[in-house]
Amino acid sequence: MKSLKFLFVGIFFGIIMYKAQLVSWFRIYEMFRFESFHMYGVIGSAVGLGIILIQLVKRSKMKSIEGNTIEIAPKDKGFARYILGGTIFGLGWALAGTCPGPMYVLAGTGAFSILIVIAGAMLGTFVYGLIMRKLPH
Amino acid sequence: MEYIFEPWPWYVAGPLIALILFILTYFGKNFGMSSNLRTVCTIGGAGKFSSFFNFDWKSQKWNLIVVLGAIIGGFIASQFLTNDTHIDLNPATVEALEKMNFKHPGSSYIPAELYGFEAVFSFKGFAILIVGGFLVGFGSRYAGGCTSGHAISGLSNLQLPSLIAVIGFFIGGLIMTHLILPLLF
Repeated sequence: MKSLKFLFVGIFFGIIMYKAQLVSWFRIYEMFRFESFHMYGVIGSAVGLGIILIQLVKRSKMKSIEGNTIEIAPKDKGFARYILGGTIFGLGWALAGTCPGPMYVLAGTGAFSILIVIAGAMLGTFVYGLIMRKLPH
Repeated sequence: MEYIFEPWPWYVAGPLIALILFILTYFGKNFGMSSNLRTVCTIGGAGKFSSFFNFDWKSQKWNLIVVLGAIIGGFIASQFLTNDTHIDLNPATVEALEKMNFKHPGSSYIPAELYGFEAVFSFKGFAILIVGGFLVGFGSRYAGGCTSGHAISGLSNLQLPSLIAVIGFFIGGLIMTHLILPLLF
């Protein structure tokens, strides 16, 4: 079944996030105080290896599992949306101590109060859709 | 084998996350965990209110399955792969948290002061969770990505917009951590 591979990727992702404590409010707080290398090590080594792997994919014109040449879309050009959206996201990330991925992982651990955060995130997404035309991008 | 039950170090977690990026890329998809919020809004009928939610959500079903996997992964890791949820925080961090009246910082993954029963059922506590989530949801859609989409995928693809987004993440995070949290707690 085609969907199963995505389920396994998700499970793998969830396990990593939990075992490396990336879902911990305390770790995010510690990160923004620059009092530990851990989070920077994770992101830094992920990006370091990620750059190499993506270059490999692009230069070898690697084909996806479906047989098409993999095309990695560049991000839309802009500035305001990234700096403003990013800052708003960062405020929430530090307040709730979680970003979307970890929210789902925490839900799986039975931390039911995270459902309130998830509901807030959906509301925030919805409101963005409502007012996006009025915002600088 | 016992190391699996310990906290995983950064040099294990980081490369494994890069592997996830690679695997999803190989599957012809992208590694991002915030667009599913938009997908769910679309499924819920938000398209009636904004064209932002008028798109073929079925093309994003794969991402919802990844989310389901993440939930299951959290369950598996917490139930079967972890014996001790204590976090080895920097003592300076612990001290700062104790000054904000956090009891037992690091004794669990998430603080009772935000996620515990009493917090959730207080106006302030509930508001913090909703507002925190709102900022994450709004900010990630506005920026077109979150930590996975920008900090990991975007930077791995050497995208300047992602670097700007990550700088934004840090501006927001630092403001919240150093200026606002001390006022709230």
